[in-house]
Amino acid sequence: MKTHKVLFVLMAMLVVFALAAGCAAPAATTTDTSSATTAPATGSDAAAKPYIPVISKGFQHQFWQAVKAGSEQAAADLNVDITFEGPETEAMVDKQYEMLQAAIAKNPAAICFAAVDSKAMVPLLEEAKTKGIPIIGFDSGVDSDIPLATAATDNIAAAALAADKMAELIGDSGKVAVLVHDQTSRTGIDRRDGFLNRMAEAHPNVEIVNVDYGAGDQLKSTDLAKAVIQANPDLKGYFGANEGSIIGVLNAVKELGKEGQIVVIGYDSGQQQIDAINSGAEAGAITQNPVGIGYKCVEAAVKAINGETLDKVIDTGFFWYDKTNIDSDQIKPLLYQ
Amino acid sequence: MATTDAATAAPKKRSLLRADAAQKLLAFSALILIFIFFSLASPFFRTPDNISSILVATAVNGVLALGVTFVIITAGIDLSVGTVMTLSAVMTGVAVTNQGLPVPVGIVVGLLTGTTAGLLSGLMIARMKIPPFIATLGMMMIARGLSLVISGVKPIYFNDTPGFRDIMMGSVVGAVIPGFSVPNAVFILFGASLVAAFILGKTVLGRYAVAIGSNEEATRLSGVNVANWKTAIYALGGAFSGLAGVMIASRLNSAQPALGIGYELEAIAAVVIGGTSLSGGEGTILGTLIGALIISTLTNGLRILSVPQEWQMVITGVIVVLAVYLDIIRRRGR
Repeated sequence: MKTHKVLFVLMAMLVVFALAAGCAAPAATTTDTSSATTAPATGSDAAAKPYIPVISKGFQHQFWQAVKAGSEQAAADLNVDITFEGPETEAMVDKQYEMLQAAIAKNPAAICFAAVDSKAMVPLLEEAKTKGIPIIGFDSGVDSDIPLATAATDNIAAAALAADKMAELIGDSGKVAVLVHDQTSRTGIDRRDGFLNRMAEAHPNVEIVNVDYGAGDQLKSTDLAKAVIQANPDLKGYFGANEGSIIGVLNAVKELGKEGQIVVIGYDSGQQQIDAINSGAEAGAITQNPVGIGYKCVEAAVKAINGETLDKVIDTGFFWYDKTNIDSDQIKPLLYQ
Repeated sequence: MATTDAATAAPKKRSLLRADAAQKLLAFSALILIFIFFSLASPFFRTPDNISSILVATAVNGVLALGVTFVIITAGIDLSVGTVMTLSAVMTGVAVTNQGLPVPVGIVVGLLTGTTAGLLSGLMIARMKIPPFIATLGMMMIARGLSLVISGVKPIYFNDTPGFRDIMMGSVVGAVIPGFSVPNAVFILFGASLVAAFILGKTVLGRYAVAIGSNEEATRLSGVNVANWKTAIYALGGAFSGLAGVMIASRLNSAQPALGIGYELEAIAAVVIGGTSLSGGEGTILGTLIGALIISTLTNGLRILSVPQEWQMVITGVIVVLAVYLDIIRRRGR
């Protein structure tokens, strides 16, 4: 009986702690869903701010946190309410489906959406269209005609730039390996193909020895990259297509004592990658503009609410950064820790 | 009558011993065969550096699997080991980086976090009678959520503590015997295995784990406080998850709060390949260690041969099913 009581108290404490933390997180953002649910689709009612749910592909990675920061900034600047949510992994199609369904049910002024699987979301997008809710895509966007605009990085062009830099740094010939986060998401496919196609077209002497998928899991990516480097002692370069992948490559190079012998090129930022570029372990990386992606999608949503016409594609840009420009005014604001 | 009983009992006991030996031998020979195959297929596979890589890659999953072995021997299951590992890593990060406490304190915090989570799972199972699958599923989600909340959805780095990475990747042995710089990770794995084997084979806790798994009711009726021992076994499993948490944090020089999903299934796969029965009552630590080695050897070897990763999943899946099927055949033949 006594252990029972102790246990219940412990469980209750856990629940209270979890709830308190869970409530604290949304409260810190600019969200106010309760008053926003009744916001008219036109957004002309000045009493209630227009409500724009932002549904992303995730929230755990630093990249999504930066997108979130950008969308919150836009919400503050443009006087609208937003909520930011996303499934735990990019494989959770069903979970995102439910999030989008719930968002449409609230009849918001507009929706910002980055689909984990575009085709699966079509019925809901059709529903939003009939209800007159404008959809703005961001990041991987939505593979359909329904979104009025999409704020995204041109990942194919960005990965092609990475390929050019890699070829330049290894003297336009030799073996290169590629580590990608997954083989099904839009960003995974575009970055892989953008890199491989550019190599095939412009740098025929560069041989791609391996393309592997580490699910963005730092530990798995480390062990994968180690095996690839062991199997190819003459490997000259390694491209990691997202933050988790490149951290794996950097760990592998470090653990095998091959720092400086392999040209490592990454994607996005994060503290470990920034440190590696400063120390010279990583040659450089492509950065997107995650804050810009978040900002531009909310901005486009507000324009759509006001009936302005939009360009279909809002290119949020990408940049190459290395030791020389990492602290520059152009690059520094784009990097997240 | 007594003589015939003894006569029939003696060969039965001998064949039982032989069968257990056969099972261990089977997993071990599978590992050797896989090793020989890859060694012939690629000269890069059998280099000392690569073998060291395989052992290091086994470390985290191996230690998780050690904890799961105890739980599965009681005919239970623990789905929370992966995210409890992550929570322990995060708590170590909070202690060492955010609070600036010494590394040994951080390690203790990690171990205690894992043990506490295991203890809670055990209490839910033993006292509240929640089925292990559900209780640990709940713990899996609770630990995952808490990792994210406590870390603020951000990795915690150990950059201010230069020695922290050396827990796994330094080489104490290399400092003593020059030229033999095997990373500590390997010795932590083997050390933890020895401790686990000792607990399972030589202590009351291990004996009762097997007894509970063989026949929980009979164990209870013979006066053993099953609820308490079960709770202790889940807490022990949690302690191994805590150790794995410290290990992964050291290896990655950071506590990554989003990691951990899927690790529980890989650990369970290692246990099952190693011949521990999901219906409880039997299992060995050596088997689990071999099971974990088989998984990481396959992963490494197929990468070295550049076999597409999709096939690697298929192959690992086939091996899990085969291992369990052979186990069933062995039982039927008994």
